[in-house]
Amino acid sequence: MAKIKFIQPDGTEQTIDAENGLTVMEAAKLNDVPGIEAECGGACACATCHVYVDEAWVDKTGTRKSMEEDMLDFAFNVRDESRLCCQVTVSDALDGLVLRVPEKQF
Amino acid sequence: MSATSAANGNQNSADQAESTSIETDVVIIGAGPVGLFAVFELGLVDIKCHVIDILDKVGGQCSELYPEKPIYDIPALPIVTGQELTDRLMEQIKPFGAEFHLAQRIDQLERQPDGRFKLTTDIGNSFLAKVVVIAAGGGSFTPKRPPLAGIEAFEGTSVHYSVRRIADFTDHDVVIVGGGDSALDWTLALEPVAKRVTLVHRRDEFRAAPHSVEQMRALVASEKVDLKIGQVKTLTGTGAQLEKLTLHLKDGSEEELACSALLPFFGLTMKLGPVADWGLNLEENLIPVDTEKFATSEPGIFAIGDINNYPGKLKLILSGFHEAALMAQEAHHIIYPDKKLRFQYTTSSSNLQKKLGVK
Ligand SMILES: Cc1cc2nc3c(=O)[nH]c(=O)nc-3n(C[C@H](O)[C@H](O)[C@H](O)COP(=O)(O)OP(=O)(O)OC[C@H]3O[C@@H](n4cnc5c(N)ncnc54)[C@H](O)[C@@H]3O)c2cc1C
Ligand code: FES
Repeated sequence: MAKIKFIQPDGTEQTIDAENGLTVMEAAKLNDVPGIEAECGGACACATCHVYVDEAWVDKTGTRKSMEEDMLDFAFNVRDESRLCCQVTVSDALDGLVLRVPEKQF
Repeated sequence: MSATSAANGNQNSADQAESTSIETDVVIIGAGPVGLFAVFELGLVDIKCHVIDILDKVGGQCSELYPEKPIYDIPALPIVTGQELTDRLMEQIKPFGAEFHLAQRIDQLERQPDGRFKLTTDIGNSFLAKVVVIAAGGGSFTPKRPPLAGIEAFEGTSVHYSVRRIADFTDHDVVIVGGGDSALDWTLALEPVAKRVTLVHRRDEFRAAPHSVEQMRALVASEKVDLKIGQVKTLTGTGAQLEKLTLHLKDGSEEELACSALLPFFGLTMKLGPVADWGLNLEENLIPVDTEKFATSEPGIFAIGDINNYPGKLKLILSGFHEAALMAQEAHHIIYPDKKLRFQYTTSSSNLQKKLGVK
């Protein structure tokens, strides 16, 4: 189990309890986090689950694989700390994770 | 992938002004798994179909969104990927010789005085059909609009998501955004006519076919094309005419660029699209149907698959297959009002086996 905090562009915060083994995208959808569209349902084929990982957590969330890197070409305002959250798996190590939701997915 | 489809599709249609008019029994809108299986069920009852899809390939969500992901709930196929399912459906419907019209969107659907339906696509092709089957799924796959302030005002005039005529870009300051095949293909194709082509991409790596990347790099080396690694931040113009944009470059600096035509390629998203305008009493973007014939409120128009709704609806491929079978029975009544339909099994009916080409 990990507590994950989502910060909306307007500053609204929402902390969810995410079950280990789910992807962060799945946990966000289960908890109705706004702004995570996830149109392809986690197939790494839509880039509408884009989030910015808080600086302090960039190392712990790991690196993006080439498929995710390619798919990020379809996201907007991509930054070094950008991730597609369907490609990040929840674990105890991510307890306390802070993510920012972009202004718009598309 | 997504962007490739757009490019190929558009290139096929670019500079190809000829439009056709086709008369047929049935037009199926959407070549997703459900539209494809409808070809089979209609074929068994002697109905010939034309299938139209905005994508330049068949398979709908299965081939566009998850070609390599396994599906586990197709009856009798314990595991099958989205693309395999599509390929198998194409094999299964082959005997019925449906004709496919890809890379075009049905924009208009109107009833004619004689009761038939006239359908018109965005590239001007038209169809006259006795029955229309809407298998539009989650809507038509549409290019993503970058969330740049004011972009809507420039769309159609100076912001384009596809190229219709290369000549339209003559002497323009063209900025193309993206790193896939569409972006690269159009960079190469527009360079000879445009005043200047600038390719903007967020990283100095390109997913596009290696030979187009090589060609692009050569044009950059000979200073015929500009390549900027960064992202577009703002657009400025007068009315619908874009004049310049600012780029946020990878090295942190900002740059202003003259731009009279912008082509952003950020892949596709599903948008309901024209289906909303056909007077079918949509509820929450879905078409209400009955569960006996999957008929809409308009006689002769059916809706099957993800696009329809009824009590208990599940958006599953297998539900769509069932809907296609029942729809075909009623379509037969409309197309052959005097013929009686006899229930038959494909296993034992020599008549059906003849149609399937196995006898
Ligand atoms: C990641 C993911 C996993 C899934 N897994 C499963 C699973 O395991 N099992 C399962 O049963 N289902 C699954 N689904 C759902 C399944 O893919 C859909 O139920 C199915 O694709 C619906 O088929 P369809 O033919 O109704 O529509 P779609 O597949 O959506 O196809 C509709 C087609 O119509 C086209 N279209 C729409 N409007 C127009 C127009 N005006 N002109 C031209 N073309 C138009 C679209 O471009 C599209 O290609 C999954 C979906 C996703 C995204
Ligand atoms: S949900 Fe589509 S890429 Fe993550």
